[in-house]
Amino acid sequence: MKPESIIGVESLGKSYVLNHQVERVPYQRFSDTLIHTAMAPMRWWSRNRHDTAQCTHEVFWALRDISFEIGRGEVVGIIGHNGAGKSTMLKLLSRITAPTEGRIRLRGSVGSLLEVGTGFHPELTGRENIFLNGAMLGMSRSQVSEKFDEIVAFAEVEKFLDTPVKRYSSGMYVRLAFAIAAHLDPEVLIIDEVLAVGDAAFQKKCLGKMEQAAQGAGRTVLFVSHNLGAVSRMCSRVLVLDRGRLVFDGPTQEGIAVYSGLAPTSGAEVNLSELHRPQPVMAGVRLTAINMCGHKGGQPAWMIDYGVELELEITVNSSGVVTEIEPGVAVHSGKGFEIASWTSAVIGGNVSIQPGVSVFAFRWRNLRLVPGVYHLSLGMRSQRGFEDYLTEAVRFEVLRTPDSASHGVDTFNGCLVPLVDFSVTSSPEHD
Amino acid sequence: MEELVIEAGRSEAHYWRDLWRFRELFGFLAWRDILVRYKQTAIGVSWALIRPLLTVLVGTGIFGSLAQLPADGVPYAMMVCAGTLPWYFFSSALTESASSLVGNANLISKIYFPRLILPMSAVVVAFVDFAISLVILAGLMLWYGVVPTWRLLALPVLTLLAFVSAMGPGLLFTALNVKYRDFRYIIPFVVQFGLFISPVFYSTTAIEQRFGEGGRLICAINPVVGIIDGFRWAICGTTEIHWKSFLFSICLSLVFLVAAVRYFRRMEKSFADVI
Repeated sequence: MKPESIIGVESLGKSYVLNHQVERVPYQRFSDTLIHTAMAPMRWWSRNRHDTAQCTHEVFWALRDISFEIGRGEVVGIIGHNGAGKSTMLKLLSRITAPTEGRIRLRGSVGSLLEVGTGFHPELTGRENIFLNGAMLGMSRSQVSEKFDEIVAFAEVEKFLDTPVKRYSSGMYVRLAFAIAAHLDPEVLIIDEVLAVGDAAFQKKCLGKMEQAAQGAGRTVLFVSHNLGAVSRMCSRVLVLDRGRLVFDGPTQEGIAVYSGLAPTSGAEVNLSELHRPQPVMAGVRLTAINMCGHKGGQPAWMIDYGVELELEITVNSSGVVTEIEPGVAVHSGKGFEIASWTSAVIGGNVSIQPGVSVFAFRWRNLRLVPGVYHLSLGMRSQRGFEDYLTEAVRFEVLRTPDSASHGVDTFNGCLVPLVDFSVTSSPEHD
Repeated sequence: MEELVIEAGRSEAHYWRDLWRFRELFGFLAWRDILVRYKQTAIGVSWALIRPLLTVLVGTGIFGSLAQLPADGVPYAMMVCAGTLPWYFFSSALTESASSLVGNANLISKIYFPRLILPMSAVVVAFVDFAISLVILAGLMLWYGVVPTWRLLALPVLTLLAFVSAMGPGLLFTALNVKYRDFRYIIPFVVQFGLFISPVFYSTTAIEQRFGEGGRLICAINPVVGIIDGFRWAICGTTEIHWKSFLFSICLSLVFLVAAVRYFRRMEKSFADVI
């Protein structure tokens, strides 16, 4: 028997109007509107002459035609690539923004953790912020007082309760924010990517708390994450969104398979020609494409398993003969630090290339990356300077595997797991 | 189990009840703003006294002694004080509420609550400043030996009126500010000019003497006029209320408030999208 429905969504849609004007600011100047209004008669007059340059508005559907029911006590994951409409969905469900079409029925109180630490005031102390933030998340003063000690203990900030949070370390800040949110007690809890905070140990603690909340209290949870591991551990059912449509609604494992089939970039090869160059380049040789070779079939190309070697092919296009060119690749961690760099100068071999297309092949041996998100920067230097250069041009993900889990790598704070020769020498004690 | 239906293009049925349900958040936001207002300042709450006090002193010096404006038979400083306090309340309520939405953009895009709470709680801060600055008034009354009359009892009502008349433009400006950031620049101007077109440093009877009753009625388009007149009537005890312009002021404020609330509610749904 299906459990009683707590959320009902019927042909829900949300559209935004994109202004294709000279300035792409989301808000306009009042004077613009005044001028626009004042010019209205003129436009009406001129419309009869040339009709073309009028239509500068485009309607963009962030979500469309979404229908589903969620029963009481279900833990449902929502997955989809960036821009699929996950955040819009959560904003609609938590009433932050209003739908353009369709309807939502809610039969219970909804609490949302869309971003931890929202509403913290830097000048207020930890104690004051607990009450303030609690109220914002929908807790009453008495509920907060009741759970106050629990929150403080969970966040491990006892000593700093009367310090303004602006003097907190970022770790303390995030821990406190999460602790408040985790002690919320609504009937429906909406969680968006909050687990991507804090150090690994705290993340684990958070995840545990979430699982406990979901399973123990029989609460309904909607969980949005890129962390497929967490989704498959917590959720029995997933909704998969793709470009504003609901493409799958069913068991988690099947859903993850569907999600993986929706490649974030159309394939293994990514076109680099159109990407924005952060600094002026000589452009005698252009980076035109990058190809990820190390992936397994059935998995999006830019997601590789832990332990798999990173194999890349970079295609460049040269307008003439260039001698002594030095190609380089760097890996950045998800937090933006450059964690590994290599150029051909390292092996003392700068290359010459001929006019036309050339392909550089790289195989990074022993670059064992801890599961997570990384970016690649690519560049080529010649005697003239940078021929072409792209920072954090492509994103890739190293996935958790049974190996990474059993070796404890998933909880490492670093990014690299180097090959280490390890031995123990013991000298027996003599007495 | 109560069911909540969110439907496209329909305003929410339980809006006012929701507002009541979130009263605790309203309290916390006001409390936050008050706590934060004078944090990390050396003299703290004294700022609430210094600003109106200096205005009274400068106003008395320039307009009372130098320009010798008439004062309706009370000490000029008293008259200026009775005008300055409500004016500061009005202007800071207006400024604070007008910037409240944009100033809390992160809340609006992340958390649901009736947005009306933000400008309303911002006004509370102005009210606390006002309450503190009443000390100046008490001081002046002692200094000049002005005996309070039963009319002083009307002050709470008049304060409420000031609240109502600041809330109208405050709501309107804050909603407009979300979409048009121009209002960030307009409001300081409004407040600056307002000090001169409102009878803070002069009395409305002076206007009547010069421009007749019509002039006084035109002045009363400015909602602050009615309030300042009311304050002078209650505090100084000499001026009589000019009922025609007073009621005119009040009616305008009320109409403005209703219109502003309606506009605010219409815009409210799109705040999270455009802010």
